[in-house]
Amino acid sequence: MVPLSWYLVFSAALFSIGLFGVLSRRNAVAILLGIELMLNSVNVNLAAFWRYGDVTQMAGQVFAIIVFAVAAAEVSVGLALVISVYRKHNTVIADEIDMLKF
Amino acid sequence: MTTETLIWLIPLPPVLAFFLIVLFTNRNKALSHTIAVGAALLSWLGSMIVFVRAIGVEHLGEHPFESSINWLPLGDSWFKIGVLVDPLTAVTLFFVAWTVLMIFVYSVGYHNFGQPEGDHDHKGLPPHGATVEDHGHKHVVPSIEPMYSRFFAFIGLFAFGMFTLVVSDNLLTLFVGWEIMGLCSYLLIGFWYGKKSARDAAVKAFITTRVGDVFMLLGIAYLYSVTGTLSFREIFTEDVLHTLATIPSGVLGFSSAGLIGLLLFIGTVGKSAQFPLHVWLPDAMEGPTPVSAMIHAATMVSAGVYAVIRMFPLLSLDPTTMTIIAFIGAFTALFAATIAVAQNDIKRVLAYSTISQLGFMIAALGIGAYVAAAFHLITHAFFKALLFLGSGSVIHGMEHGVLHTGDHHVDPQDMFNMGGLKNKMPITFWTFLIGGFALSGFPIITAGFWSKDEIFADAFAHHQYLVFGTLALAAFLTAFYTMRQITLTFLGEARTKEAEHAQETRWTMTTPLIILSVFAVTFGWVGIPQHFPLLGGLVPNWLHEFVGGTLAEHPEAVEFNVVPLLTSLVVALGGLGLGFFVYRNVHSAAEDKLQLGFLRNKYYFDEIYDTVFIKPVTWFADKVVYQIMDKGFIDGILHLFGPATQGLGDTVRNYFDLPVINRFFGDGSANATYWFGGKLRVVQTGRIQNYLMLALIVFIAVGAALYFFVFSV
Repeated sequence: MVPLSWYLVFSAALFSIGLFGVLSRRNAVAILLGIELMLNSVNVNLAAFWRYGDVTQMAGQVFAIIVFAVAAAEVSVGLALVISVYRKHNTVIADEIDMLKF
Repeated sequence: MTTETLIWLIPLPPVLAFFLIVLFTNRNKALSHTIAVGAALLSWLGSMIVFVRAIGVEHLGEHPFESSINWLPLGDSWFKIGVLVDPLTAVTLFFVAWTVLMIFVYSVGYHNFGQPEGDHDHKGLPPHGATVEDHGHKHVVPSIEPMYSRFFAFIGLFAFGMFTLVVSDNLLTLFVGWEIMGLCSYLLIGFWYGKKSARDAAVKAFITTRVGDVFMLLGIAYLYSVTGTLSFREIFTEDVLHTLATIPSGVLGFSSAGLIGLLLFIGTVGKSAQFPLHVWLPDAMEGPTPVSAMIHAATMVSAGVYAVIRMFPLLSLDPTTMTIIAFIGAFTALFAATIAVAQNDIKRVLAYSTISQLGFMIAALGIGAYVAAAFHLITHAFFKALLFLGSGSVIHGMEHGVLHTGDHHVDPQDMFNMGGLKNKMPITFWTFLIGGFALSGFPIITAGFWSKDEIFADAFAHHQYLVFGTLALAAFLTAFYTMRQITLTFLGEARTKEAEHAQETRWTMTTPLIILSVFAVTFGWVGIPQHFPLLGGLVPNWLHEFVGGTLAEHPEAVEFNVVPLLTSLVVALGGLGLGFFVYRNVHSAAEDKLQLGFLRNKYYFDEIYDTVFIKPVTWFADKVVYQIMDKGFIDGILHLFGPATQGLGDTVRNYFDLPVINRFFGDGSANATYWFGGKLRVVQTGRIQNYLMLALIVFIAVGAALYFFVFSV
C-alpha cells in the first residue's frame, strides 16, 4: 500500500496545477476549470486522511461529498455569470472584465 | 374691653386701611376715603375712651396703663415691646387723634371729592380743573385729584406711625413709628411727583431727617448697651438714672446720660426741624396742604418734641445737654421767626412759624419747663393744624378764582395776590383769625397765650434771662408776621381778579376748621396758672397737675410774676398791632420794606449747605467715585481682564489649537488617509486574477512570517 505522503504530494501537485491555471489562464471558463482542480485536490486529501486515519469515522467522506456539492453549485453559478458577462460585454477574457474597479 | 387691649388696638385701624386701600379698593375713590376716614374715626374713638379712662385714674403717673409682650428672645431674657399710657401719652393721644381725624375729613374736600375728572390731569401733578357745561355755557370747576386713593392710603400709614410712636412703651417701637413717618413724609411731600420741586423737596426732607435719625439710633444703641433696656419705665427708675448719670461717656466730658440725651436730641433736631437741620421743613410745603398739616402739626414735628419730652428724666441729668437744648431751641425760635417775616408764600410763613414754635417748646424743655413744653406742644398742634388747613382752604378758594379767570400764571399761594378774602370766605377767615391769634398769643382768650405765657413764666422763674429775652423777641416777631399774613390775605381790597372771585370752600373743609378753632381757644383754659390775676383758680390748673404727674418728682408750679405776663401781653398785642399798621396799605411785594435779601433767601442756608455739603459730595461722587474708582479702577480691572483673556485665547489658538489639534490631528490624519488611499487605489485594478495573486502573495508572506516568528519558537 502506498504511503500517505504519496497522496499528499499528488494532492499538492494537483492543487498547484489548479492554482496556476486560475492565475495564468485568460479565459474565465478555464479559470473555473482550475478552481475545480483545486477543489478536487482537496477531496483527494480528505479521502486519503480518512483512509489512513480512523476508518470508522465517516467525516472525511462526508466532507468530500459536501465539497462535490459545493463545487457543482459553484460551477453552475460561475458558468451562469460567465454567460451573462459574455452576453453583455461580448467577452470571456478575465482581464477585460474589470467592472469591479472604482 | 380692658384699657390695655384698647391701647394695643389704637394704631391698627389706619394701617389696615392702608393695606385695604393699596391692595383692594384703590380704584374706588369713595370706598377708599370711607375706609381711611372710618379707620381714623376708630382710632379717634379708641383714643378718646383711653383718654377719658386715663383722666379718671388717680396718680396715673405712678400707675400708668401698661402692657407688654415678649418679642425678641435674647439668650436668657426677652426684649419686650408694649404699650404705655401715662399722663403725657394721654394728652398727646388726645390732640393727635383729634387733629388726625380732622385732617382726614378735610382731605376729602381738599382733593375735590365729588368733582368731575380733570380735562387733562395727569397722575403725579395737581389737578388742573375740568370744564363742565351748565345751561348752555361752559365754565371751569376744580377737578378731583387723580391719585385720590393713594393719598388716603399714605396718610393712613402716616397716622399708624404716629399712633405707634405715641403709645410705645420703649424707644425701639417709638423709633419704628418715627421711621414709618419719615418714609410717609417722603412719599407725601413727593405726592405730586410730576413736579421737580416736589421730588427735590421729598428727597431733601428724607435725607435731612435721616442725618438726625442716624444719631438718634446711635443714642438708642448706646442707651441699650449701658442699661440693657429700652423700656421707658425701666430707664426712668432711680437706679438706672443714677448709673447713667455717673458713668462717664469718654466724649468731651459728658456723662453717659448727657451723651445719650444729646444723640437723641439730634434725632429731634432733624425731625422737628430745629437749627441747623431746619432746611427741609419749608420745602415740605410742596406736598398737598393736608400733608403740611399732618407733618407740621399733628405728627412728625410733634413726634420730635414728644420724644424729647418723653426722655426728659434722662435729658435733665446733664446740665450741659440741657443748656445746649435750651440754646438751640431759643435760637431756632428767633431765627425762624425772622425768616417768616419776609416770606410771601402763605404756607411757607406757616412753615417757618412752625420751626419757630417748635423752638419755643425745645427751649422750654431745655430750661426744665416740662409741663410748659407739653402744653405748648398740644396747643400748637391744634392751632397750627387749624392754620394749615385754613391756608389750604384759602389756596383752594384762590384756585377757584384762578380757574374762573383762566390765568394760570397767578400763584394762588402768594399772599400778595390775595387781599380782601374776609368777605369771600367768612368761615375760613374767622377760623384763621382764631388760629393766628392763638399763634400770636392773643391775651386771655386763646390757647396759645396760656401755653406761651407759661414758657415765659418758667424761663423767668428759672432765671434764664437770655432764653427769656430771645423767646420774647421771637414771640413779638410771631405776632408781627401772623398779623402781616392775616392783613395781606384777608383784609383790605382784593389785589387781583382771582382774589375777587375766590369762593368759600365746602363743608368737608370748613367743619374741621371750626372744630379745631374751638380747641385753639378752649384748650388753653385747662392750663391757667393757679395764681393768675382774676382768672387764676376759677378753673383748676388741671393740665399742670395731670401732665406733671408723669414725672417721678412732680414739678412745682412757678410763682406768679408780673414781668413775664406783661412781656407776653406787650409782644403779642404790639406785634399784632404793628403788623396791621405796617401792612394795611401795602399793595404789592415791592412796597414791602422787609423783603430783605438775606431774609427772603433764608440766610442763604440752602446755598451754604449746597456749597458745603452737596457740591463736595456730588463732586466726590463724580470725580472720585465715578471717574477714578469706577471708571478708572473697576473698569480698568475689567478692561485689563478683557484683553488679557483675549491674548491668552489667541496664543492658545495660534500655538496649540491650530497647529496641533487642527493641522496635526485633524488635517494630518485626513491627509494621511488620503495619501494612503491614493497609493493603494492602484491595487484596485478590478481584475480578479490580480486580486488572487495579491492574496496568494500575502498568504505566503504571512505564512512565512508565522512560520519563522511563531511556530519556529
